[in-house]
Amino acid sequence: MASVLCPEFTAPGFSFENHQRNAFLAKKGFPAPKATKTGTTIVGAVFRDGVVLGADTRATEDTIVASKNCQKIHYMAPNMYCCGAGTAADTEFTTASISSQLELHRLNTGRVVPVVTANMMLRQMLFRYQGHIGAALILGGVDNAGPHLYNIYPHGSSDNLPYCTMGSGSLGAMAVFESRWKPNMSEEEAKQLVRDAVAAGVFNDLASGNNIDLCVIRKGAVDFLRPYQVANEKGQRINSYKYKKGTTVVLNQRVIPIQVEEEIVRKVPAPDAEESMDTS
Amino acid sequence: MALIEPFAGHTPMQAQRFSPYSDNGGTIVAIAGEDFAVIGSDTRLTVGYSINTREQSKLFRLSDKTVLASCGCWCDVLTLTRVLNARLQMYNHEHQKEMNTPAVAQLLSTMLYYKRFFPYYVSNLLAGLDAEGKGAVYHYDPVGHYERNQYYAGGSSSALLQPFLDNQVGKKNMNGVVQEPITRERAVAIVKDAFISAAEREIHTGDAIIINIIDKTGVKEERFALRKD
Amino acid sequence: MSIMEYNGGCVLSMMGKDCVAIASDLRFGVQGMTVATNYEKVFEIGPQLYVGLPGLATDTESVLQRLKLRVNLYELKEGRRMQPAVLTSMIANMLYERRFGPYFVEPVIAGFDTKKQQPYLASMDLIGCVTATDEFALAGTCGEQMYGMSEALWQPDLNADELFECISQAMMNAFDRDAVSGMGAIVHIIEKDKVTTRRIKTRMD
Repeated sequence: MASVLCPEFTAPGFSFENHQRNAFLAKKGFPAPKATKTGTTIVGAVFRDGVVLGADTRATEDTIVASKNCQKIHYMAPNMYCCGAGTAADTEFTTASISSQLELHRLNTGRVVPVVTANMMLRQMLFRYQGHIGAALILGGVDNAGPHLYNIYPHGSSDNLPYCTMGSGSLGAMAVFESRWKPNMSEEEAKQLVRDAVAAGVFNDLASGNNIDLCVIRKGAVDFLRPYQVANEKGQRINSYKYKKGTTVVLNQRVIPIQVEEEIVRKVPAPDAEESMDTS
Repeated sequence: MALIEPFAGHTPMQAQRFSPYSDNGGTIVAIAGEDFAVIGSDTRLTVGYSINTREQSKLFRLSDKTVLASCGCWCDVLTLTRVLNARLQMYNHEHQKEMNTPAVAQLLSTMLYYKRFFPYYVSNLLAGLDAEGKGAVYHYDPVGHYERNQYYAGGSSSALLQPFLDNQVGKKNMNGVVQEPITRERAVAIVKDAFISAAEREIHTGDAIIINIIDKTGVKEERFALRKD
Repeated sequence: MSIMEYNGGCVLSMMGKDCVAIASDLRFGVQGMTVATNYEKVFEIGPQLYVGLPGLATDTESVLQRLKLRVNLYELKEGRRMQPAVLTSMIANMLYERRFGPYFVEPVIAGFDTKKQQPYLASMDLIGCVTATDEFALAGTCGEQMYGMSEALWQPDLNADELFECISQAMMNAFDRDAVSGMGAIVHIIEKDKVTTRRIKTRMD
């Protein structure tokens, strides 16, 4: 049993130990600071043989870009990926937690997990937290019944749609889908359409930007294209701002040498690209 | 006990207050040299997370040796610059000469302070040549406090750019560096590099920059593309 | 005022060629008043593993103590040193566990991955959203200023000496434009075979 002196195992679930203090601070005029938002354009579209998911790669803290290349398309299962918008940490941990449960489910049942299962698990989790977990998700995947695409809102509601967009850039992206999406598109057509939808968000919504990631899920194969396109090249500076040695005045210095006791060089075989995914 | 208790987070309905200001973003930078001044702005005009236009210079040429950079609440910028131009024209007609830069600086301050209790929500930088022909940069707060500097950054990315100018133009915190007057090429390059950095990290800054270089021959304009996302 | 600015302070970290640097200012204050000028916010977790914890000072210390406990238990159980990526997930999970009552710290983790033989750098927000990077990471009260400086000064493949000048200048000029950071700085350069710690001379006002 965990003792107070050595609490090795913490209770599962969220800890509210700081909540009272933080509420007190908030009352005293120190409101809780804002967490990183994805400030996102995420989209998904169904095509003839599967689903294409797309996302930008910018994370923002208010008006500042916190990350220029963050991954918003999360792995769920071998046949399923999930785009996340909203509070960055929430999308990250929610998808990771459900992904782990899906793998256990797959091992238990020994078959491909249906996309609707993941959808239900995500919704139940989000509904339980009444929207306090700020994750807006687009879940896409292919199972034995074919391609599926779900839109999941932070409060736990969900839509099953042939094409959907989420995040602050969703309006621009939806405009592209509404004008150009059609049933039974080819893979190349779908990729181009999804790219254009994300690009509409990247260029017209300030909170979205940087690169465009795509994920194509077909029966038995996944192409995770990151980055699919670098939408904006980084500006090239004119000057180099290297300093001469000694520009900074050092008051004192301490060097701790590290003895390298052993170095093991191992040849790691390149990951087998042909490794087939089991979707039987 | 009342059957219906008020909800804990409930606040009584209040009348919506009039909010006359909006923040339209934008960044402005100016550097003064020995016999020239460089002033630049980005060309993106925003509101919230949307872009209004990608082609709006925030520089206003007031005379052959004075340029004003102005950003913040764009409607205030337009009104302020319109009134300022009218005042300068009146001065022209009255005195048969153009107002010099330090005088424009003082005029702008007076005009801002005139609106002390309903201020123009504007961040201003004024660049030009002073009476001796030396480069001059003035920066303002919204209610008319002003100061002459060698360099300054204003607007939405000012916090990102000001330390960079301190270091590269003001040579702050550098040991064994001789303070020598900044060359025109270097000043322009620093302004460009500053904006490139700001566009990477600040979402309201981007699209392009317009740079005006002011010297005794007049004002030259340069344009430089930035990222558009 | 945000609680993150109550004590002031900042941490900046940058990646170089086969090295990584992490620096913090030394001010400890209570709002506008400076209380101490020797308060480091970067802590040694292993021989080549450092973590910066800027934010509310009481939480800096609570998180550090919890972290040390967990790192010690891990190293006793596993019989090996903790790698930077492992520490990062550990902190991220610890912070996300407190999603609805967070610690007010924004950790920056810099270290040398002894298995892959390459430097490692990551940062996260106060509820554990990790951003691993091979450029620079930062947190603290003068974040905007440091972003501006780092974005202009940093370039890939700086060697240890160049990296030291780059990170020192970026940090110094950034916190000189912030009222609640500064008052001296300390810079650690982590390399494959040594760690160099330098105190640098800065403005003290």
